[in-house]
Amino acid sequence: MNYPEKIREQAEAILVRYPAGRERSALLPLLHLVQSHDGCISDDGIAFCAEILNITKAQVQAVSTFYTMYKREPAGDWLVSVCTNTLCHAKGGQKVFDALSDELDVGHDETTADGKITLEHAECLAACDYAPVVTVNYEFFDDMDEQRALDLVHELKEGRRPVPSRGAPLCTLREISVQLAGFEEERTAGLEGNAQGDATLAGARLAAEAGITAPAFDPDAPLLAKEPEEAK
Amino acid sequence: MSVTVPGPRRPREDVLDKLKPVITKRWMSPNAWRLDVYEQLDGYKALRKALGYSEADLIAFMKESGHRGRGGAGFPVGMKWQFVPDDGQEHYLVVNADEGEPGTCKDLPLMMNDPHSVIEGIIIASYAIKASRAYVYVRGEAIHAARRLRHAVREAKEAGYLGKDILGSGFDLDVVIHSGAGAYICGEETALLDSLEGKRGQPRLRPPFPATHGLYNKPTCINNVGTIAAVPHIVLGGADWWKSLGSENSAGTMIYSLSGRIKRPGQYECSMGTTLRELIELAGGMQEGHELKFFTPGGSSTPMLAADSIDVPLDFDNVAKAGSILGTTAVMIFSHQDDPVVACWRWIKFYAHESCGKCTPCREGNYWMVRVYERILSGQGTMGDLKLLTDACKNLLGRSFCGLGDGATSCVTSSLKYFKQDYLDYIEGHKPALFSAEKIGAH
Repeated sequence: MNYPEKIREQAEAILVRYPAGRERSALLPLLHLVQSHDGCISDDGIAFCAEILNITKAQVQAVSTFYTMYKREPAGDWLVSVCTNTLCHAKGGQKVFDALSDELDVGHDETTADGKITLEHAECLAACDYAPVVTVNYEFFDDMDEQRALDLVHELKEGRRPVPSRGAPLCTLREISVQLAGFEEERTAGLEGNAQGDATLAGARLAAEAGITAPAFDPDAPLLAKEPEEAK
Repeated sequence: MSVTVPGPRRPREDVLDKLKPVITKRWMSPNAWRLDVYEQLDGYKALRKALGYSEADLIAFMKESGHRGRGGAGFPVGMKWQFVPDDGQEHYLVVNADEGEPGTCKDLPLMMNDPHSVIEGIIIASYAIKASRAYVYVRGEAIHAARRLRHAVREAKEAGYLGKDILGSGFDLDVVIHSGAGAYICGEETALLDSLEGKRGQPRLRPPFPATHGLYNKPTCINNVGTIAAVPHIVLGGADWWKSLGSENSAGTMIYSLSGRIKRPGQYECSMGTTLRELIELAGGMQEGHELKFFTPGGSSTPMLAADSIDVPLDFDNVAKAGSILGTTAVMIFSHQDDPVVACWRWIKFYAHESCGKCTPCREGNYWMVRVYERILSGQGTMGDLKLLTDACKNLLGRSFCGLGDGATSCVTSSLKYFKQDYLDYIEGHKPALFSAEKIGAH
């Protein structure tokens, strides 16, 4: 368990987020943390979490194998997730997955020969209004089709970092795992990123264009009608 | 069974009037996630107002407002707050931000665009239930939401809205943003609690309920993130105002998340009780060449409805009367070009994948239903398979610890009710097989 001092310091910082005696709550973030170092949940990572929390390795492994975001094999720098749940499937998500699978010559949860890109089919990514949707390291690439998805992985292969439709500028899977462990985004550009899109704003824009607002109210009106009587 | 809906460029005035931008209002301001902008847009005014009342008055007010949970079950919020015993023990507020129900996509844009409304709602709710620690369990994949929430927590702390003696009220609160790790089941409130305790996310048997035995076996209130983000608006606008925005027994606005075969998919915040016909009109009509065939009123766990339900007001009571559940108002709209059998196959694959495996009916039922669907879709199905699906659903419904298995049966049972012929088309050979029988392992 040769983890650098920084990982140990981060582990301590995770522990103090939870009440004394409830440190086991730190297990999910700790697993994200060791994944940020190893690129997957390694035997060392499991032993490290077990030691920190004073639980058994079997208990840690039982948890790490339950959740899909903990990878059992080293993942690439770029985790490309394609939603193939019903709505995205109806709008071409499976075709997108198949095209990427052919192009990268890997199947679900497999990593390219150069170790750079891991492909997975994902369950609903909560972006059905942008279907079919792809994420790279969990940042959204909306309204995909086969060609746009192929262009996306070509850029990744060439070492460029395509700009997500929504989310922050890309950083590597290991870097994103630090944020998953609960540490704040250090890049100003990452915090800014983009959270808006046509579908997100569809209703709000339509209302604004039509000059529609919710009915006005008096923000200082008392919460309970009976209150003035009580005050008397 | 299909209905053609006209798609005018601009919806009619009375349909436009269904739009009620309240929760989504700040989304139009690209920097509303920053504290200074949030404060300019009425931010933290509701907190100052709420802190002027007693905890009991706030709970009474929330009951009066008729506000109901936005996570799918629609439980009255004030009642849930009141269930937390005022017994001097440590209490917790846990916010469920594990959005993952297929079709549902309203919480992520909310957290990304207006994170401080979540924080402000948390402070008010925690004050009401006397919790000094709150957790937000954010779906792991929702990284940009977590990023902005963490930033909002820091800003709120620096401004004195969080931490010790908030705004001089004597009330203390710490908020932790906790990222999950990829498991739909953790959206189920007791599985979420286990996950938050660092365990596998598996549901607990109830009773006891989380209100008395929740996180760390202590009294815990679990609210959906959309429920919480509405709280500051309700506190500012008042109970009558909130009720006036919705329909009977369904107070307030609802973010209808429209996806599928419409011209402009997206988030449309409207009065509770808006119909699908009106929503499709707001979204610019159906896509060219698509006629409405079926839809889910609130995600994949709510029974699908056929096109003849297009005029059902989408609120809690009316959707229930029509034989479904309002759920999360994730309205997935499918056309005659979509196949309800294929749709169910993908959904059941999802439930099979996401079943935590604790309860046999859910673990095995979903596993085998996937195989039955694949047999049907490969052209190898028999009439007995339809009975088998019905039988599997009967053995699933109500027989597991949590609602995941129940939710899985929704699409199967409802599609067999409305679209049996679509199944028969595969079984009787009227429709070509979707894939070859060699790929099917059930033979």
